[in-house]
Amino acid sequence: MIKTDTLIIGAGPVGLFCVHQLGIIGLKCEVVDNLDKIGGQCIELYPDKPIYDIPAVPKCTGEGLTNNLIKQIEPFKPNFYLGERVQEIKKLKKKWIVKTNKGSEFEVSSIIIAAGVGSFEPRKFPTKDAEKYEGKQVLYSIKDKKIFKNKTVVIFGGGDSALDWAIELSNTSKIILVHRRDEFRGMQASIDKVNQLKDEGKIDVYKKYQLNSVIGKEKVESITIKHDDDTIKEIKTNYVLGFFGLIMQLGPITEWGLNLDKKTIPVNTENFETNKEGIFAIGDICSYPGKLKLILSGFHEGALAARGCFKYAKPEEKLRFEFTTTSKAAQERLGVKK
Amino acid sequence: MTKITYIESNNKLHTVDVPNGLTVMEGAVQNNIPGIDADCGGSMACATCHVYVKEEWFDKVSKKENGEEEMLDMAYEPNKFSRLSCQLIVTDELDGLIVTMPEKQA
Ligand SMILES: Cc1cc2nc3c(=O)[nH]c(=O)nc-3n(C[C@H](O)[C@H](O)[C@H](O)COP(=O)(O)OP(=O)(O)OC[C@H]3O[C@@H](n4cnc5c(N)ncnc54)[C@H](O)[C@@H]3O)c2cc1C
Ligand code: FES
Repeated sequence: MIKTDTLIIGAGPVGLFCVHQLGIIGLKCEVVDNLDKIGGQCIELYPDKPIYDIPAVPKCTGEGLTNNLIKQIEPFKPNFYLGERVQEIKKLKKKWIVKTNKGSEFEVSSIIIAAGVGSFEPRKFPTKDAEKYEGKQVLYSIKDKKIFKNKTVVIFGGGDSALDWAIELSNTSKIILVHRRDEFRGMQASIDKVNQLKDEGKIDVYKKYQLNSVIGKEKVESITIKHDDDTIKEIKTNYVLGFFGLIMQLGPITEWGLNLDKKTIPVNTENFETNKEGIFAIGDICSYPGKLKLILSGFHEGALAARGCFKYAKPEEKLRFEFTTTSKAAQERLGVKK
Repeated sequence: MTKITYIESNNKLHTVDVPNGLTVMEGAVQNNIPGIDADCGGSMACATCHVYVKEEWFDKVSKKENGEEEMLDMAYEPNKFSRLSCQLIVTDELDGLIVTMPEKQA
C-alpha cells in the first residue's frame, strides 16, 4: 500500500501540470496511466502535430509539450505507474483507497481525475465470437512472441503494428495478413518488406477482407473472412491478432458513484471537486458551463484543484497564496533555492 | 439551415436542421442524437464519429482528405459508404442528407 497525499488518474498534459501545482504547495502525488507512456492524447494521438495555443509557447508538438511538462515537474519526482488502469476506489474513514488492475494500491486523502476522454484501450474485433477467445488465441497485443513459434497466425490491420509483427513473426510462424483496404498505411519500408515477403511466399496477404467469424471449441480452430464483394473464405489458424489502434473508454470511472453527464464529470468551478468529497476532476473529463476542451483550460483547472486537495491533506494548516518568483518555500520545493 | 436525417442502427430516425458550416458530427452532438461519440472533438483522431452515408448521397458529400481512410481502418465495421462525420461540412447542397450510424462506435 502506497501512502501519499494525492493520486492523479491520467498522465495527459493536464494531469502532468497538476503534479507541478500540487508540488508547489507542498503536496506529494503519484500518477497512474493505462498507456505505456506519459502524455495522454498529445503523445498517443498527435506526437508530431503542432499546437499553437499554449500560452507563451508559440508552437510546439504534442511530444514537445509532453517533454517540457515532464521537465517542469522533475523537481517533484512523481512516481508514474504506467500500463495500469485505476479500477476501484473506496472510502475508508477520511482516506480513499485506490486499486489498479495490476494490483497497485494507494491510500490518499484526495484523488484528481485527469482521465481525458477515458483510458486508452485496444480496439477490438466487432465479431461477437472473438470475445470468447480474447486473451487466449485472439490477442490485441503481444507479450510473449515465443507462443507463436511454428504456429499459424492471422494478423488483421494495415498500420505499422500489423506490418511490423507480420514481418517479425514470419521468421518463425506461418503468417496471413488481412487488411480491409487495398493500401497499407504503415511506413514505406515496412510496406515494401511485406510485399517482398509476399512475393517470396513467406506471408499470405488478403486485401479488402474483414473478420467474419471465429470457429472453434476450447481453442480457435479457424476463422472466416469476408471480402468487400461478400465472398467468404475460411482459414485454419492457431492465433488471431488484431491491430486497430487504441480507443478511449471511460470504463471503470462510471462505477465510482460520480455524477456523469454524457462522458464527462460535472464539477464546481471553484475547486473542480465532483459530487464526492475529496475527488476532483480536471481536463477533458470535467464539465461545467462554458467548458472548453483545451489544454490551457486544463492547466487552470489543475491549479485550483490542487489547492482544493490541500485541506484534505493538511486539515490543520492554512494555505497561503504565494508566487513562485518570491516564495522561499516554493523555490525550496522546486530545488532552486541557493 | 440544412435538413439532415440521422438513422440509429435500430432504425430510429432523427431529422434536424443543422446550420451550414457545422459538421455532420456537430449536428448530431448538438442535438443529442445518440450513436455518434466524437471522442476527439473532430480532429480526425478517434473514428468514433463514423457514419454510413446513404448510397445516393455518397458522391455528393466532399471527398475524403488525407488521413480519413486511415482512420476509417480503425472504425467499427466500416464499409464502402463509411465516412467520418466530423469531416463532412454542412452546406445547402446537402439538404436532405441521410446518414446511418453503426451499431456502436468501438
Ligand atoms: C489531434 C488532436 C489535436 C489537438 N490539438 C489541440 C490544440 O492545438 N490545443 C489544445 O489546447 N488542445 C488540443 N487537443 C486537445 C487536447 O489534446 C486535450 O484537451 C488534452 O489532451 C486533454 O488532456 P487531459 O490530460 O485532460 O487528458 P488526456 O490527454 O486525454 O489524458 C488522459 C489520460 O488518462 C488515462 N486514463 C483514463 N482513465 C484511466 C484509468 N481509469 N486508469 C488509468 N489511466 C486512465 C488515459 O490513458 C490518458 O492517457 C487536440 C486533440 C487531438 C486529438
Ligand atoms: S470526431 Fe474523432 S474522428 Fe471525427
